[in-house]
Amino acid sequence: MKKWECVVCGFIYDEAEGLPDEGIAPGTAWDDVPEDWVCPDCGVGKDDFEMVEI
Amino acid sequence: MQPIVIIGSGLAGFNTVKEFRKLDKETPIVVITSDDGRNYSKPMLSAGFTKEKTADDLCMATPEKVAEQFNVEVRTDVHVAEIDPSGKRVLLPDDHLDYSKLVLALGADTWTPPLEGDAVGDVFSVNDLMDYGKFRTALKGAKKVTILGGGLIGCEFANDLSNGGYEVTLVEPQGRCLPLLLPEPASAAVGRGLADLGVTFQFGPLAQAVNHGDNNQLVTELSDGTRIESDVVLSAIGLRPRIALAKEAGLAINRGIITDKTLQTSAEDIYALGDCAEVQGHVLPYVLPLMASARALAKTLAGETTAVSYGVMPVTIKTPACPVVVCPPADADNGEWEIQEDGNNVQALFRGKDGSLQGYALTGDAVKEKMKLNKELPPLMP
Repeated sequence: MKKWECVVCGFIYDEAEGLPDEGIAPGTAWDDVPEDWVCPDCGVGKDDFEMVEI
Repeated sequence: MQPIVIIGSGLAGFNTVKEFRKLDKETPIVVITSDDGRNYSKPMLSAGFTKEKTADDLCMATPEKVAEQFNVEVRTDVHVAEIDPSGKRVLLPDDHLDYSKLVLALGADTWTPPLEGDAVGDVFSVNDLMDYGKFRTALKGAKKVTILGGGLIGCEFANDLSNGGYEVTLVEPQGRCLPLLLPEPASAAVGRGLADLGVTFQFGPLAQAVNHGDNNQLVTELSDGTRIESDVVLSAIGLRPRIALAKEAGLAINRGIITDKTLQTSAEDIYALGDCAEVQGHVLPYVLPLMASARALAKTLAGETTAVSYGVMPVTIKTPACPVVVCPPADADNGEWEIQEDGNNVQALFRGKDGSLQGYALTGDAVKEKMKLNKELPPLMP
């Protein structure tokens, strides 16, 4: 399970936790997050996220 | 064909380019910017010490790279002298540029109230990547920083600089953190979180003067006679939309450059978005509304006139010592805060007279309620 960080605002998408409130189940891999999904904090798209080691 | 001209290379300008190029790969675009044209994210400027990022680290792309990636021309270090709406051109210092459509993505200026003293010129503000680079240079070898202003930027810097090992004193005349955004108990939670990191507060008095003191120190003098010595002073008091260029061109302005829901200004074929714009009365210097605007404007520029709509627009404040997310009520006079506190975890819900949720302020662990509460809130501008 990996984490992905929004390069614009710093929001972290954690694959292990998913985003259940947005209908993305825990354990959802980044590749399986819908292409039209946007950062809940700042609204940028998936291409503005980078994989991070934490 | 005359190009689309975009003035400004911040998030508003470059995201408009990026969204437009998803719809139209060919129409020429010229981006004119008064700074060095590097692509960066402004919110990251107040998190750079925690992440140990230099200005170069925060640069996501050089202007050459942006130009290549999006097939645009980027003109850096150019100050636009004037806009001529009837002639559909922008006047540059020794040139002019005709446009088919013009986008004002001018941003905002930092605003500091008048200060006295012989070191006023040494007071920093960090409004763009170039400022950030200079600020980091000034902080090399420094220990103490005085921050003027306890709003969003002031509190974020207080947290970030504390994480970076600096001793921070924060001056806020209104007596608490984030006074314009949060109800009092939530402000207090943020204050406790920052105090635990070592931030010292001067709540109440105003900064009146900044003078040179002994040993290269700067002395900030407050209205109650308090003197604060520090190596560096940072002003983070407020932002003012950049409206001068639009005003001189005869465009309608108020707090920002007035636009309708399609982001068109009072002049045909001139649009505005981001921190400089006032969209149907809303001046929102945040990325979430900016991105909604960039997507709508891209469609309009591509020929499909599109109104922007703002859904729920929560503001996340990067104070990890006490995380904050707030969705201020549109009408703060019509309703009341309902507040639940558990240490630094505060859930404040603003309910209108009919009991409906109209806004919230969450701190600490309560920020987890954000998405659930968003579903109950009315959109800001449907």
